[in-house]
Amino acid sequence: MGYVAVKGGTDAIHNSQELVEFYRLRNAATPLDVNQIRSQLRLAVDKVIGEGGLYAPEYAAIALKQAEGEVFEAAFILRAFRTTLQRRFYSETINTREMFVKRKISASFREIPGGQILGPTRDYTQRILDTGKAGETAHEVQSFLEAFESKINRDKLQEIDTYGKVIDLLKQEGLLKTVDPNDDRTLTDITREAIKFPAPRSARLQMMARAETGGLMAMGYSSMRGFGSAHPTVGELRYGSVPVMIKDPSGRTRYAGKIEVTEAEMVSSVSIGKKNAIPKFTIGYGLCFGQNDTKVICMGILDTTMRSPDVNAPANDQEFVLYHTEGIESMGFTNHLKLPHYVDFQSVLGGIREAIKRNGEKTPEKKPEVVEMEQ
Amino acid sequence: MVENKKYVNKYNFAFIDEATKREIRRKLLKAVAIPGYQVPYSSPEMPISRGWGTGGLHVTLSVIGKKDVFKIIDQGSDASVNACNLREFVHMMTDVKTTFDTSEATLIQTRHRVTEEELNENQIYIYQVPQPEPLRGVERYENKTRQMHGEADYAKMWVSIYESFVRHGDIMLYAGYPVKVNNRYIMAPSPIPKWDIPNLNQSKALHLFGAGREKRLYAVPPYTTVEPLEFEDVKFHTEDFTGLACFKTGYKKAYLDELYFDNGERHFVINDSNFLDKLMEHSPLKQHSNKYIDKIEA
Amino acid sequence: MSRTDDNWLLRVRNLTKIYGEPNENTLNMTGPLFNSNICPETDAIVACANISFDLYPGEVLGIVGESGSGKSTVVRLLYFDMEKTAGTAWLKPYNNGLANILEESNQKKRFIRNHLMGMVYQNPRDGLNFRFSSGGNIAEKLIMAGNMNVGQIRGRASELLEKTEVPVQRMDDRPSSFSGGMQQRVQISKAIANNPPLLFLDEVTTGLDVSVQAKVLDLIRELQQDLGIAMIVVSHDLSVIRMLTDRTIVLKDGRLVESGLTDQILQDPQHEYSQLLVSSLL
Repeated sequence: MGYVAVKGGTDAIHNSQELVEFYRLRNAATPLDVNQIRSQLRLAVDKVIGEGGLYAPEYAAIALKQAEGEVFEAAFILRAFRTTLQRRFYSETINTREMFVKRKISASFREIPGGQILGPTRDYTQRILDTGKAGETAHEVQSFLEAFESKINRDKLQEIDTYGKVIDLLKQEGLLKTVDPNDDRTLTDITREAIKFPAPRSARLQMMARAETGGLMAMGYSSMRGFGSAHPTVGELRYGSVPVMIKDPSGRTRYAGKIEVTEAEMVSSVSIGKKNAIPKFTIGYGLCFGQNDTKVICMGILDTTMRSPDVNAPANDQEFVLYHTEGIESMGFTNHLKLPHYVDFQSVLGGIREAIKRNGEKTPEKKPEVVEMEQ
Repeated sequence: MVENKKYVNKYNFAFIDEATKREIRRKLLKAVAIPGYQVPYSSPEMPISRGWGTGGLHVTLSVIGKKDVFKIIDQGSDASVNACNLREFVHMMTDVKTTFDTSEATLIQTRHRVTEEELNENQIYIYQVPQPEPLRGVERYENKTRQMHGEADYAKMWVSIYESFVRHGDIMLYAGYPVKVNNRYIMAPSPIPKWDIPNLNQSKALHLFGAGREKRLYAVPPYTTVEPLEFEDVKFHTEDFTGLACFKTGYKKAYLDELYFDNGERHFVINDSNFLDKLMEHSPLKQHSNKYIDKIEA
Repeated sequence: MSRTDDNWLLRVRNLTKIYGEPNENTLNMTGPLFNSNICPETDAIVACANISFDLYPGEVLGIVGESGSGKSTVVRLLYFDMEKTAGTAWLKPYNNGLANILEESNQKKRFIRNHLMGMVYQNPRDGLNFRFSSGGNIAEKLIMAGNMNVGQIRGRASELLEKTEVPVQRMDDRPSSFSGGMQQRVQISKAIANNPPLLFLDEVTTGLDVSVQAKVLDLIRELQQDLGIAMIVVSHDLSVIRMLTDRTIVLKDGRLVESGLTDQILQDPQHEYSQLLVSSLL
């Protein structure tokens, strides 16, 4: 068999696409209902909207279905979808003090205003595989929901309060480092302009808000283990829904809907710099769509570390953290290695063959040093 | 009955919205005005993976018009899988005529090769760029490389080339050899082989470079000086195919791919698929001419 | 070299560097009379203040003082490693001495550094790039001055290494494999590569073994005699000052307390601090 031309690329792609659909469907007795994905795989949907950078849980559920559950792929699909949408308004800044709180904890104080509300968390569950879930029937679901409802004592219902923040307590006591009103107030939009370094805080927080959870986790973890400067305490962690307000063309503020967010305020102590100056507390901030404790905690850690560059700490290096936790970009570039590279490779092959020839012509007199090729 | 408009797929001509296209075109104009200078841009998300040609696509889709004829190659071949995928996408979003014929195209998007056939003044050549920063190998930080370009402080780059020569007897830089554009900026020409570098110099076409993931655009306008970095006495040279020829045509004056047949035999064939086709069909053909290639006999 | 009012090489007036936020009393409440560089009111640090001197072609000026005296600061300000707070400096070969070099643009400062100055740091890591070979480090200076011929570059690098007694066969080795003394010699080669009229030497022998120190000092003295370069030698060690310099200025707590011919200062120091230094000379 002689030379086989690398042609028929289009056919190969079409066949491959069909195969993808085949793998997705061949064992599908019943097609997945997008509503089921949205409700029963809620946290996967939250991750996808968080990393896709678009609050659209229904579309995220479709993306997850399309991507056979691959969260990177689904977030990518959602991000690409986002670009096609027209941007009509900017919302007002959301006020998380107005949050309808579903979960609210603080590790810094034993008791906080409104109490420690665990909310829906797996933190204190045991990770024992529950094989019973395999045979869950619709009837069992119904029974559980009815039993749950019946346990709610309707006589004890109260009006929902909004709660003050733990950091407000610190601020009242004068324990928080004062923020210079002129310091780092540039508001950028990372989806509209390329980031340049050193990046203003608004850009850093935006990038982290839609960064890949695993990447942020690795960097936050590294800081706690000594490869960075910060090992803060959870001042407050909240999960709940907040209203989104926009100003209409006449200037009136209107309610556009509500979104679920998780927010963390990580507290570290820091010295001000002047001799004899009293150390104060600073806040590292984290916020993302949906319920994702890990992401906002790590955002808070990294918000703190990235304020003080340190040659020995990757978690303090803005360029390192922000470039390498961007999920869609890192996935794309690492995977691009699968693309044909035979032209560049041929170029390198030629160069090395020539170098070997040249070396064979010289008499070897000293130990060859390790070759470092910077490409 | 109220039509459910929620799930309708409708896209603008060339997919990208007009405001973003305008932004990209403005940035491209700035790039053309400052040859070789990297202009940051918004680089919106595309349905194609980062690192797989989003930058090239941004440029193509911002610049393409209904009357354009579009060609796209990857590693020199029109039929390569990724080229096929991108061609389909561009066609789907614009309905523009596509071609494999270099001379027929008005817009050519490429991954890592310049065509062997000469480009003309009516053509725009668009490069997919993985790493737009030529100094990244000697300086890892973006804010430092930005300053180095601003002050034309290229000493580190030159010393690394000197070191390469001193250690190995030759400048061990391959595809993506750094060039100086218009006597001012050092530029990364994307990982094209050294063979293609001389064809950028005083080219008749407009060359636009898009690095989507890194969010930079840059350009080489027609008839601009583009020189590979070399010393007075240690010179740039193209890949050496002496003694080798294309096994299909016997032609010696083109960039060759190395192939291994099933029986283990090694052969070489012309890399540029359209150029090869035209040679085999004896079609009229004008190849790029430069001082390196002119020394080789066909 | 006769010193007229006009044939100076470097003229420095009121060179000042303050860290932090000074107020109107800062300068009045710091200095040798207060034994402190730190402003008691604002905690601002006066690294050096109102340093003025002239340097003539081929002359060697010593700057002596203990840690915190500001001697390294002076030299780093003049070499543009840091930004001044106040003061002016003129360099005759640059614009005929009419421009304040401390206020020139980054581009022009780089030109001055590449063509008219050389610097040797106490720590070779500050002056050499350890990722490049020693020849490559010298090449960097030559390339920045516009030499683009590898043959000539290597020729000149060999010449310089020979002059500083570094074995030429090690030209392509990285400095990490060299001894401390040899690393300093490579730094010196690099610093004089473009024949600058002015060379700064900042505590260049501190930290080296005593025998190695002596050799490096000998080398510097020889080079100075051969090439006639003007030098500013910073040291806390009076014996180094005695060996290399023609004139000396004495700094304490960021201020100049005495200046004059090195011999005179050593034999008959006037300021009580200079007297203290001289009396501690082993």
